[in-house]
Amino acid sequence: MTDRAQTLSRLFELIGPYNRKGIALTEATRFAEDLELDSLTVMDLVANIEDEWDINLPLNLLPDLETIGEVAEAVIRLRDTA
Amino acid sequence: MTDLLSKYDRYAAEHRALLDAGLLDPFGVVMDEILSPTRAVIGGRETILAGTYNYMGMTFEPEVIAAAGRAIERFGAGSTGSRVLNGTFAAHVAVEQALREFYARKHAIVFSTGYQANLGLVSTLAGRGDVVVLDADCHASIWDGCRLGQAEVVRFRHNDAADLDRRLGRLPREAGKLVVLEGVYSMLGDVAPLSDLVAVAKAHDAMVLVDEAHAMGFFGPNGRGVYEAQGLEDEVDVVVGTFSKSVGTVGGFAVSNHPKFEILRLVCNPYRFTASLPPPVVAAAEASIRLLMRAEDKRARLWAATRALHAGLKEAGFRLATETAESAIIAVLMPDQETTAAMWDALLRTGVYCNMSRPPATPAGVFLLRLSLSSEHSLADAAEIVRRFVAARDSLGDRLAA
Repeated sequence: MTDRAQTLSRLFELIGPYNRKGIALTEATRFAEDLELDSLTVMDLVANIEDEWDINLPLNLLPDLETIGEVAEAVIRLRDTA
Repeated sequence: MTDLLSKYDRYAAEHRALLDAGLLDPFGVVMDEILSPTRAVIGGRETILAGTYNYMGMTFEPEVIAAAGRAIERFGAGSTGSRVLNGTFAAHVAVEQALREFYARKHAIVFSTGYQANLGLVSTLAGRGDVVVLDADCHASIWDGCRLGQAEVVRFRHNDAADLDRRLGRLPREAGKLVVLEGVYSMLGDVAPLSDLVAVAKAHDAMVLVDEAHAMGFFGPNGRGVYEAQGLEDEVDVVVGTFSKSVGTVGGFAVSNHPKFEILRLVCNPYRFTASLPPPVVAAAEASIRLLMRAEDKRARLWAATRALHAGLKEAGFRLATETAESAIIAVLMPDQETTAAMWDALLRTGVYCNMSRPPATPAGVFLLRLSLSSEHSLADAAEIVRRFVAARDSLGDRLAA
């Protein structure tokens, strides 16, 4: 598996508990529109992602991270510059 | 064409549903008369005020009212200007002097509200390239300060020193860091383990700002707040506070010993691009702060009434957010929005005003009825509030069985 595929696959696992509607998760799945996550849930998820890869995901980035694929790219970028 | 207000339809519908159910509006209470720090007339009924943050009962203190009266005669009703233009009167300088004495710090800057104090401090202290690291449960004014500023924003898990340590450890050593904490968190009324958190922040060379809005007057030997109670006078760089709680009027402030602190007056937009507080307000605040320097009796009464109310509600079977009365905020945990609204409504109809709080203002998605007393509430008031809580619960049938 590529680095990106591994990151995505782990992200799907982390998002799983918040996927209350049980929709099929893909790179294109959007947090607000598709998963309907509220702001508090997003904060929980961000904390879990940060701990999984030992990175800080600055909250300023969140408005630009609409899909799971975009989060995967941010994770890879932040981890490589850490 | 897009109606810009349509994005709020969900909130409007939720609010309308509440009113359609025949409940009083928890966000639209009108106090027709204020009789004292503990009583108001609401909807024609004398009501016990049990959710006003008027901790030290200063709103009707004769010396405070007299000072406001003298100031309005001497300086007029308002300043009509910014602190950095025509809006600094002798009364503004005097209240800042009272703050320097109360906190034993070299610098004090007064803002027009507590919200603006946090907005200004957080956005100005941390700039582009710096990092704000804040507690997940920080007040909206702190979050908005982050949005106004240019710094990176990193959140750590509430009151979790190990989590703060991990997040600070991931930042570049040379980055400017501001750690933002509160002494008392206002939703659940829990007190922060500041000594642990501040030690971690200092180990990473971060500047520390503590908001003591809900602790002024009754924590620490001199009433400076939780940081003073935990012996952190030398470690906390900036203390933010408010005049709208223990001081009994309105306004916000920051105090510090930082040698460059005064420059903030010239660079902080929420300070300089707004009108200064009206003279009677700052004069009332000064009188009140000077009374707070020797308010041992008020302090003792506030804690006694608060502990009695906490114990009474617990004894009556209510679930409370803290095991003991850690602060002067008592949060009653409720199961859901409908029951919370119904209980709040039943309480107001029997003459008890408290605060209804719900997500996202509350952490972890909890629904709360929050109570705060003042030094002027008696133990009999506390007992009466408990009785009315029990009666309100009984009126809801089995929705909230003890």
